[in-house]
Amino acid sequence: MKKFWALFFIFWPIVALYVCLVAPSRNWWFPSAPMSSLGHQIDGLFYLILIIVTVTFVGTQVGLGYALWKGATKKPGEKAMFSHGSHKLEIMWTIVPSFVLVFISLTQLEVLANIRVLARFPDEARKTPVAEVTARQFEWRIRYPKPGTQLATEPQEGDLYFVNELHVPVSQPVMVHLRTQDVQHAFFAPKLRVKQDAVPGLVIPIWFEIEKAGEYELVCAELCGWGHYKMKARIIAESEESYLKYLSALESDQNEDGVAEQAESASAEE
Amino acid sequence: MATVTPSLGAHGHADDHAHGHHEQTFISKYVFSIDHKVIGIQFLVTTLLMLMVGGALALAVRWQLAFPWGSMPIVGKLFGLFQTEGGQISPEFYTMLFTMHASVMIFLVIIPVLAGAFGNFLIPLQIGADDMAFPVLNMLSYWFMWPAIACFGISFVASGATAGPGNGWTSYPLLSDLADAAPSSGAAQTWWLFGLTLVGVSSMMGSVNYMTTIINMRAPGMTLFRMPLTIWSMFITAILQAFALPVLTAAGFMLVFDRLSSLLPTDVHSVFFIPAGIVVNNAAPTIGGGQPLLWQHLFWFYSHPAVYIMLLPAMGMVSDMLACMCRKPVFGYKPMVYSMAAIAGLGFIVWGHHMFTSGMNPALGMTFMTSTMMIALPSAIKVFNWIGTIWDGNIKFNAVFLNCAAFVALFVVGGLSGIFMAAVPVDIYFHDTYFIVAHFHYVLFGATLFGVFAAVQFWYPKMFGREMNDTVQKWHFALTFIGMNGTFFPMHLLGIAGMPRRYADPYLHGYLEHLLPMNQFMTISAIIMGFAQFLLLGNFALSFFFGKKAGRNPWGANGLEWSAPSPPGHGNFDVPPVCYRGPYEYSSPEAEAMGQDFILQTSPPPAGYKASSNHGH
Repeated sequence: MKKFWALFFIFWPIVALYVCLVAPSRNWWFPSAPMSSLGHQIDGLFYLILIIVTVTFVGTQVGLGYALWKGATKKPGEKAMFSHGSHKLEIMWTIVPSFVLVFISLTQLEVLANIRVLARFPDEARKTPVAEVTARQFEWRIRYPKPGTQLATEPQEGDLYFVNELHVPVSQPVMVHLRTQDVQHAFFAPKLRVKQDAVPGLVIPIWFEIEKAGEYELVCAELCGWGHYKMKARIIAESEESYLKYLSALESDQNEDGVAEQAESASAEE
Repeated sequence: MATVTPSLGAHGHADDHAHGHHEQTFISKYVFSIDHKVIGIQFLVTTLLMLMVGGALALAVRWQLAFPWGSMPIVGKLFGLFQTEGGQISPEFYTMLFTMHASVMIFLVIIPVLAGAFGNFLIPLQIGADDMAFPVLNMLSYWFMWPAIACFGISFVASGATAGPGNGWTSYPLLSDLADAAPSSGAAQTWWLFGLTLVGVSSMMGSVNYMTTIINMRAPGMTLFRMPLTIWSMFITAILQAFALPVLTAAGFMLVFDRLSSLLPTDVHSVFFIPAGIVVNNAAPTIGGGQPLLWQHLFWFYSHPAVYIMLLPAMGMVSDMLACMCRKPVFGYKPMVYSMAAIAGLGFIVWGHHMFTSGMNPALGMTFMTSTMMIALPSAIKVFNWIGTIWDGNIKFNAVFLNCAAFVALFVVGGLSGIFMAAVPVDIYFHDTYFIVAHFHYVLFGATLFGVFAAVQFWYPKMFGREMNDTVQKWHFALTFIGMNGTFFPMHLLGIAGMPRRYADPYLHGYLEHLLPMNQFMTISAIIMGFAQFLLLGNFALSFFFGKKAGRNPWGANGLEWSAPSPPGHGNFDVPPVCYRGPYEYSSPEAEAMGQDFILQTSPPPAGYKASSNHGH
């Protein structure tokens, strides 16, 4: 029975590793390859940590498993080793992990700065925010500046509005302003690896560069009430051309109620 | 028991005790008892019952995730809450389920079972005192749990039975601040905050008591570095509590002020967390100047140290039990103490890692990231030392040991998954996904609860004079371990797949649809794990009547508590203990000279032996 329990503790890490190993092929992994430039950097760091962590996991579980197996196969009457520890080992396993941990920290700084430090945002994105995204229970309200103007903090005449669909040009860095009308929400685009809380009272800039035209999910990642799970929206990345086309279509939808056209066609008939 | 002479010094109290027993009624002996052992057992029984409540809430959460909007057993039909909906729960009910699952598990199970139950029971026994420094305060710390439980209980129904508190255990404003923000943000939230405050009062009374007792009431010879690691962990935990808790209490009061003063008919009210111009559910815009991020800072300033409050005592107890079950001294006793102290110290400067996506200054983020990375170091040192303790030991493969080994094995997972989230850029993806849910369940369940399962069995003979059935405990261990990993390991993968937490129906989103079968597997595992806990409860209850009678020292352990009768009578020790050595002299040459593999801390050095220091390298 002793051996059974030792094997029990040796067996489960193998299962755990196996599950992780087959996970990508079973689609139990990232929802897609990262679709933004920052996403690549984030995934790179993830895999770096994953390697370090896996080595540590295997090391400690093998150590534990071996110690258990040794204990389980000890001959009856054999005594336990009498030792209060070892300075050498303590120093070793203090210094080695601390170097590894500091190393991990240092590798993060660059990417963190790229994501969050406003001064390091790409210039073209920083100067012309494309839209303001306002979260509210339970939807995303998008405000684009009137074509040809800059996005202002307060709504301006001629601004364009839409709900739950954010259009951005593909292959170029874009910045959006994030805010909330009511409680706290979080802007989470899993395939872009973008996440930022929308905090009441603050306007928070975020930037990303989508590499491939397409539709990307936008969900809420901060509990915002009973409908938290329903804040489903899309980010649509498209070519500059069709992006501008979309904006002008939006503008005409918003500004022309069709009455004038009808009047015109009516007068033409007369 | 010493009479209620307030704040007699520890020595005064100890001397005071010498005169015999007073007549005790049933009420003063078992209900409003000032005996630390009874209080500890009261805490233990209460928290084990609350464990089942929290577990039931968890199973309801799991049910919804496996069979979204299906008919929920019991809740839907038996209670008749959702009769008209055919047993289908509402989304706001779901927010209540996970909120109260966390609140019950954290505030009514994990914190009180460690400090309240084992802290109370073990501190005087292990340091050789006859009771706590402040026995009445100790009694109050237990009896303040009940108003807290009552407040939490009222909060379930205060806004209607289907709208309990639903703002998460973190209760971030404004959701928790403005009554209009959600069905659950009304009276339910206020009662929840009262409950939280009362739990804090209880914990604070406990921690003041523990610190005083450990500093002042150690038996002769019980130097600081002869204290078992359990005592060190309780001591450090008490310090953490005492310094961190006031901040949470203050924050709680601020939130209560915001909420209650807004009900006043005047225009004068507090807006600690409410900025101006917020429109919730078409209510009038708020008047304010507050900042919701303030709550996050205050809340996590307590709640991050609180994670260590929920872990350190288990670390200490597991160290004790591993040494005993391996018949070996703890590997690196002093590094274990220093690393616990380091965890506690660093624990105060890492709270910002809960806020990496909050829009906090990036420079601050970098600081918090580095301190968070460094807190992994003492945790790693402890893991290595535990493995070193098991190494080449004469292992007793009983359920106590298995639970302790599981503690180590699973704590490794919880610790390592933490590194992903300490790294800010990676955390930006993982924040508020199931990855974090996996992480803290590996620490709180995988580590702490397995430590508690071991501790319950290990000290049961001392509590009740009988042993628990080891075979039943082994079954309980195996089923819980398998169920636990089946439930929580896949959560890592859900997190990587980008599934946000606190979603009543994640499958609404196309990219998560294919994860339903995995969630169903997890729910089945959780049900196995949940029902396995009846083995523990049954064993706990039945062993009280039918368990094998235990002597003073059934495990052959070294601590002072094992020199007392089982169960210890009034005043604990029949012979006032004197401590001659460290707590972990298993298999020492000195012990072998006595023909055994342990040597009680109370046994004087045999003639011809120089009194050993606590340990030499």
